[in-house]
Amino acid sequence: MTLLGLYHYWVFAVLLMIGFYAVIARLNLIKKLIGLFLFQSAVFLLYITMGKVDGGTAPIFQVGVENQIFSNPLPQVLILTAIVVGISTMALGLGIVVRIKEEYGSIEEHEIQEIDQQ
Amino acid sequence: MAVFLDVVSWLLLSLGGAFVFIGGVGALRMPDLYTRIHAASLTDTMGASLIIAGIILQAGASLASIKLAMILLFLLLTSPTATNALASAALLAGMRPGEAIPWRQDRSE
Amino acid sequence: MIVLFGVFLLTLLVITALAIVRSENLFVVVMLAGIFSLLMAAMFLILDAPDVALTEAAVGAGISTVLFLAALALTAERERAGSTNRLLALGVVAVTTLIVIYATFDKPRFGDPAAPVHQHVAPWYLERTPEAIDIPNVVTAILGSFRGYDTLGEVFVVFTAGIGVLFLLGTRPRRNSRSVRVALDESDAGLRHYLIPRVVGRLLVPFIVLFGLYIQFHGEYGPGGGFQAGAIVAAGLILYALLEGEEQALRVMPRWVLTGLVAGGALLYGAVGIAGMLLGGNFLDYSVLATDPIKGQQIGILLIETGVGITVTGVLLSVFHAFAARGRYL
Repeated sequence: MTLLGLYHYWVFAVLLMIGFYAVIARLNLIKKLIGLFLFQSAVFLLYITMGKVDGGTAPIFQVGVENQIFSNPLPQVLILTAIVVGISTMALGLGIVVRIKEEYGSIEEHEIQEIDQQ
Repeated sequence: MAVFLDVVSWLLLSLGGAFVFIGGVGALRMPDLYTRIHAASLTDTMGASLIIAGIILQAGASLASIKLAMILLFLLLTSPTATNALASAALLAGMRPGEAIPWRQDRSE
Repeated sequence: MIVLFGVFLLTLLVITALAIVRSENLFVVVMLAGIFSLLMAAMFLILDAPDVALTEAAVGAGISTVLFLAALALTAERERAGSTNRLLALGVVAVTTLIVIYATFDKPRFGDPAAPVHQHVAPWYLERTPEAIDIPNVVTAILGSFRGYDTLGEVFVVFTAGIGVLFLLGTRPRRNSRSVRVALDESDAGLRHYLIPRVVGRLLVPFIVLFGLYIQFHGEYGPGGGFQAGAIVAAGLILYALLEGEEQALRVMPRWVLTGLVAGGALLYGAVGIAGMLLGGNFLDYSVLATDPIKGQQIGILLIETGVGITVTGVLLSVFHAFAARGRYL
C-alpha cells in the first residue's frame, strides 16, 4: 500500500522532470513554453494531491448532511489562482515568441543566436 | 427493483465502455484519416449515450438526471459538428480520401 | 477502487507528457497539451477538487489550446531538429528525478488526515465559514474573503499580462520585418463557407455565455466563481469570432469595450476594498458593506467575483484578438 500511496508523488517527480527536460534540451521556443506548462501542471498536481483526505469529499457544505469529512480547501484556493496566472504568463510568453519570429525570422534557439552574433 | 436498475445500468455502462474501446481500436488501426475519424466518432455518440444512460439510471429521478440529459444533448450536438469540421479541414489541407497513410508515418512536405 | 482509477489516469498523464516532448510536429504537441489538461482536470476531480477541475478544463483545455494555435499560425509548424547535449540533459534530469523520488519517502501517506497540512489553518477555515460568511462553498469563501488580498493581487497579474500582450502585439509591425504577406478578404473571413459548424456554433454561443453567467453567480453555492466564468464566457465569444471572422467579432465587441472590461473588473475589485475603508472598516473588509455582517460578506464576495470574471473575460478576449489581428498584418 505504500507504493499506491506514493505513486502520486512519483508521477509528480516524473512529470516535473519531463517538463524540465523539454525546457533545457529542446531548441524550439514553443516547445520550451510547453515544457514550462508541463512543469507547472506537475506542481499543481502535487498541491492538490497533498490536500486529499481519506474518506473526504469536496469542501462544499450540503444541506442536511452533518459531520462530513472535507478535503483541505486551502491548496485548492492556491492552485485556482495559480492556473489563471499560469495561462496569463503563457500568453505573454507566446506574444514574445511571435515578436521574436517577426524580428529574427526563426524560433529555433541556435538560429537566433547565430543571427544575433552577426 | 433496485437490483433490476443496478443490473440494467451495469449492462449499459459495460456496453458503452465496449463501444469506446472499439472506437479507440478503430482510430488506431484504420488506414486512412477519414476512416479514422469515422471510427473515433463512435466514441462520442454511441459510447457517450450508453454511458450517460447508465449513469442516469444510477442517479434516479433528481436534478442530476436532468443535467446529465442536457450534457448528452450538447454532446450529441457538438461532436458530429467537430467531426465534420475536422473532415472539412482535412479536405482543405489537400488530403484526398482513399490515400492510405499508414499509422506513424508523417506526411513529408 | 477509485485509487486504481487515479493510478490509471496518472499513467496516462506520464505517457502524454512523454509524447509531447517526443513529437516534432507542433500542432500535434498543442493537441496533446489539450489532452493533458483534460486528464489533469479528471485527476483533480478524483482528488475532491471540483473548482480546480472546472478551471483547468476551461482554461487549460479550452483557452490555452486556442492561444497556442493562434501563436502557431503566426510562427512555425514543425520543430527543426538541432544538436544539443542531450545526454547531459538526460543525465541531469534522471539524477534530479531520483533525488525527488527519494525525498517523497518522507512525505505523509496519501490521504492521511493527521498530515501537517490539515492541522493549523484549514480546520479553522472550515469552522469559521458557516459562522462568519455562511456560504456553502468553502473554497469561494477563502478565495473571496479570508484570502481576498491574494485574489486582488492575482487579478492585477492577469491585468498586467493583458496589457503586456497588447503592448507586444497591438501595434503594426515594421515594414522590413521578415514575414510573408497574405491578403485576407472580408468574404473569406471566418468559417462563412462551412455551413454545419457555423449553424451549430451560432446555436451554441448563447448557451455557452449563459452557462458562464450561471457559473459566475453560483460560485458561492457550488463549484464555480469568477475565474471559471471568465474563461467560459471568453471561450464562447472566441467561438463566435472563429465562426464569423474577426472583423465581425470586433464589430460585436469593439476594442474599447474589451479595454473597458479589462480595466473595469480590477477597478471594481479595488473599489469594493476602498468602499470598505470609507464605511469604517479595513481595506477589503466586507462586514461593513451591509447592516448584517454576514450579508455584507456575501455581497462583498459577489461583487469581487464579478470583478474577477469581468477582468478575466476582457484579458482573454484581448489576447485572442491581439494574436488574430496580427495575422492580417503579416
